Amino acid sequence: MTLPRFEEITIGQQIPPLTTGPVSRLALALYAGASGDHNPIHVDIDFARKAGMPDVFAHGMLSMAYLARILTGWVPQSALRSYLVRFAAITHVGDVITCSGRVVEKFVQDGEQRLRLQLETVNQDGETKLSGEAVVALQ
Amino acid sequence: MFDTQHIGRALTPFSIEVEAGRLRFFAKATGQADPVYIDESAARNAGHPALPVPPTFFFCLEMESPKPAEVRELLGFDIGRVLHGEQGFSYHRMAYAGDRLNFAGRIVDIYEKKGGALNFVVVETAVTNQHGQPVADLRKITVVRAAPTPGA
Repeated sequence: MTLPRFEEITIGQQIPPLTTGPVSRLALALYAGASGDHNPIHVDIDFARKAGMPDVFAHGMLSMAYLARILTGWVPQSALRSYLVRFAAITHVGDVITCSGRVVEKFVQDGEQRLRLQLETVNQDGETKLSGEAVVALQ
Repeated sequence: MFDTQHIGRALTPFSIEVEAGRLRFFAKATGQADPVYIDESAARNAGHPALPVPPTFFFCLEMESPKPAEVRELLGFDIGRVLHGEQGFSYHRMAYAGDRLNFAGRIVDIYEKKGGALNFVVVETAVTNQHGQPVADLRKITVVRAAPTPGA
């Protein structure tokens, strides 16, 4: 993977997005196992209802992992300096999630040419689920 | 409102070895088809010594603490009322399958919003590798919905 050239990057430039299939209960079960997050609220509807939720819902960190794929799909992971998200709304079973990012700042720090990216995930209705940012170094 | 005397409290430190099989399972569960995260030879061809730990997997390793419910038990809340508010990572160097990573967490803030309807706990965790080098710093904000008032 070759790094994008800093001087060719423009503010507002989008990085390649990705859209997932509808979030399935199987996806939540697999993520529970793979992540080690066994909170039953994501996989056990009986537990979720007792906790006052209408259904199980996705782990926020599953969406954060989806969103990370557009970063590591665009630059090598070693270029990633920071990555932060706020979980704005619950991602529900059946949601189709689109992950996107765009360059909002170019700057030099610690001798590195860096980009700040604004990131978000939205569902099929355009509702923002995660919003965040990442900093990548292009050297 | 949680007792703010716990601000500054260090959590039980621990270390864990990164297993290649778990990284492959995580790649499957997150739809990651990039061979660098699945196939040792693809990882080596990309200049890595082994399968890399992907950006958010440090959070998963953090949950391998021998006391995974330490904060919840310390502050006394129910897992069914927990929401993840915010998660941040700062990265210092890559980590790989076979590395032994050390986790040192600390409660750095406790506060409430909406008149106590939402309670917040902020935990920061420093991750270092078997050589003592900094790998990543994690910052997690947990939101706890207040229990409903009886009869309400």
